[in-house]
Amino acid sequence: AMEIDKEETGEKQDISGYKGVWVLAEQRGNKLLDVSFELCSEGRKLADELGTSLSVIVLGSDVKEEAKELFAYKADNVYIVEDEELKDYRTETYTAVICDLINEFKPEIVLLGATHNGRDLGPRISARLDTGLTADCTKLEIDKERNILLQTRPAFGGNLMATIICPDHRPQMSTVRPGVMEKAEPDHSKTGEIEEIEVEINAENVNSQITDSGKIINLKSDLSDIDIFTTIKEIVKEAKASVNLEDADIIVSGGRGVGSPENFELIEELATVLGGEVGASRAVVDEGWIEKPHQVGQTGKTVKPKVYFACGISGAIQHKAGMENSNLIIAINTDQDAPIFEICDYGLVGDLKKIVPLLSKAFAELK
Amino acid sequence: MNILVCVKQVPDTDEVRIDEENGTLIRDGVPSIINPEDKIALEEAVRLKEEQGGKVTVISMGPPQAKTALLEAYAMGADECILVSDRAFAGSDTWATSYTLAQGIKNAGEFDIIFCGRQAIDGDTAQVGPQIAENLGMPQITYVRGLEVEGEKVKAKRALEDGYSVVETKMPVLLTVIDGLNKPRYPSIKRVVAAFKKEDCIKVWSTDDFEVDMSKLGLDASPTQVYDTFVPTNEKKGEFLEGNEKEKVEKLLEKLKLEQVL
Ligand SMILES: Cc1cc2nc3c(=O)[nH]c(=O)nc-3n(C[C@H](O)[C@H](O)[C@H](O)COP(=O)(O)OP(=O)(O)OC[C@H]3O[C@@H](n4cnc5c(N)ncnc54)[C@H](O)[C@@H]3O)c2cc1C
Ligand SMILES: Cc1cc2nc3c(=O)[nH]c(=O)nc-3n(C[C@H](O)[C@H](O)[C@H](O)COP(=O)(O)OP(=O)(O)OC[C@H]3O[C@@H](n4cnc5c(N)ncnc54)[C@H](O)[C@@H]3O)c2cc1C
Repeated sequence: AMEIDKEETGEKQDISGYKGVWVLAEQRGNKLLDVSFELCSEGRKLADELGTSLSVIVLGSDVKEEAKELFAYKADNVYIVEDEELKDYRTETYTAVICDLINEFKPEIVLLGATHNGRDLGPRISARLDTGLTADCTKLEIDKERNILLQTRPAFGGNLMATIICPDHRPQMSTVRPGVMEKAEPDHSKTGEIEEIEVEINAENVNSQITDSGKIINLKSDLSDIDIFTTIKEIVKEAKASVNLEDADIIVSGGRGVGSPENFELIEELATVLGGEVGASRAVVDEGWIEKPHQVGQTGKTVKPKVYFACGISGAIQHKAGMENSNLIIAINTDQDAPIFEICDYGLVGDLKKIVPLLSKAFAELK
Repeated sequence: MNILVCVKQVPDTDEVRIDEENGTLIRDGVPSIINPEDKIALEEAVRLKEEQGGKVTVISMGPPQAKTALLEAYAMGADECILVSDRAFAGSDTWATSYTLAQGIKNAGEFDIIFCGRQAIDGDTAQVGPQIAENLGMPQITYVRGLEVEGEKVKAKRALEDGYSVVETKMPVLLTVIDGLNKPRYPSIKRVVAAFKKEDCIKVWSTDDFEVDMSKLGLDASPTQVYDTFVPTNEKKGEFLEGNEKEKVEKLLEKLKLEQVL
């Protein structure tokens, strides 16, 4: 048996110099994703509680105009790093540049979107900087006594919530799924000066030269271990990508209670009348009644529309995990004990095949 | 080709039990399976071996009972299985898990491709793959849903929220895979029998058997700590709308008008 030698525990990192909240904004095609503004809004709250500043970092090739908008979400500082090499997300370049920036400026908190790219980048940064990363946070708070970040996240398919802390390492890093945090109303009277940071990147090595408010800081990124880079050959948008549940104001979702693939037309009709999108439970995706991009839940999309209709959906914990933060939930189900009713605002007990067409008719008449 | 697959044994149930003291999961008495995406990773590895020749090594970090998952991996076509298991690893977060696995992998040899699942269904973080890649200083491609391997070249279809990108790199590389890449085969009965006869198809390594820095292991070394766990509740109080179908619909419309949501 092994004995753990307490003498050997690693040296504690000096965390005293770490100040400020950072958001790593994400762009695709030099357009900022909504999650960046959501994180900016959330980051503002955390920064205010800590009495510190909020900075947003944007990497891309032509992002200056887009980045200005971040001031309307009350960022104190917006740093942009523009380079052709940073046009599309790549693990190596993004990790190298961001780790350099973190080492230089020492933020205490770093937030990034739990997008496919964010979940590629976040762990890579945390491993390089030897700090913790909490995945898919649904709630972020400051523990006022210890001035540390309390990061709450679902685990075990949504069955368990855990509050995670990272007390002795900095920065404290969290990823947050799109649609989870509330986006504040933009205030366009707030403006600021964008600060440009220059980097020099070549294929075999990333050398960042950081120019910050007149000062020139020379940073050397050590990529000696990584001399082989990935190349992005192409980026393809797929047709079914037109399902945009994350941005929809209204979602009408159908579950197994819809009964058949044909009956999904009832759901689609209501969605069309309301100008909303069609969502689904996993049960009907597995049945093949509708495609996967429509799936809401733990293994599907996390959504937060103004109104969410759950039609013939029982309300399994994995489904709830993806929609329970919707502003208003309306549930239609024949079973008055269905768990979905526990989280809805309005419950209509009854057969969706009758109720949904009546709703479509009533809403159509309203217009 | 030398291929390695990281396989995690996970509980196969919605039933959650927690060790109140340190907020970790209790696994005893809960049926265990190979993490579903790790099966996809293993299938892809075995297919590559069958096409191009080579060897598939599987590594898992976990308690002694994780051997069952490795036996299944062997039955699916793995050639060699390694279980890194030691009390010192208990309570590891992803940072400590990936350090330990990376050290285990270094000890196991040099690999052209390392496969991981994108995400484990219990911890749900999707962090261990990229962190192993960083620890080993190799490129990574995550969310792989299509793969071509030709000579030194690896070309992957990497899923994005609204499509995919095609990413190319040279070996060695770490790939994390998702559902849809392939359909994992069933374990072969013949190989199950062989595995039971061939006790040494699973090697078990403790901290004595490979090089690890003791200060980087387990709960104490983990930068993140579980501070609290709770079962989610929702305090929302819903209102049932009464009447026949038509009346219910009318009532709903009134409510929505009142709340000015439409
Ligand atoms: C690891 C894991 C991940 C998962 N991820 C997801 C996920 O991302 N999203 C997800 O949705 N699920 C997910 N699930 C599956 C989840 O556990 C449920 O099985 C699923 O959500 C059930 O779908 P459902 O509500 O449509 O079907 P059911 O549970 O079968 O419910 C059907 C409902 O329809 C009602 N009904 C029947 N007929 C009518 C009618 N005529 N009119 C009105 N109501 C009617 C019934 O009363 C019932 O409540 C996951 C499961 C696991 C284990
Ligand atoms: C409630 C709860 C919440 C947690 N939250 C966090 C958190 O936010 N951040 C954090 O750093 N840690 C967290 N942890 C700890 C984390 O779950 C463990 O470190 C776990 O061992 C690995 O993480 P994962 O299950 O998320 O794996 P993932 O990163 O999701 O796994 C991805 C892939 O890595 C490979 N892999 C992962 N673990 C192993 C293994 N043991 N052996 C072989 N291959 C493996 C597999 O191929 C797997 O498919 C949490 C633990 C609990 C109990």
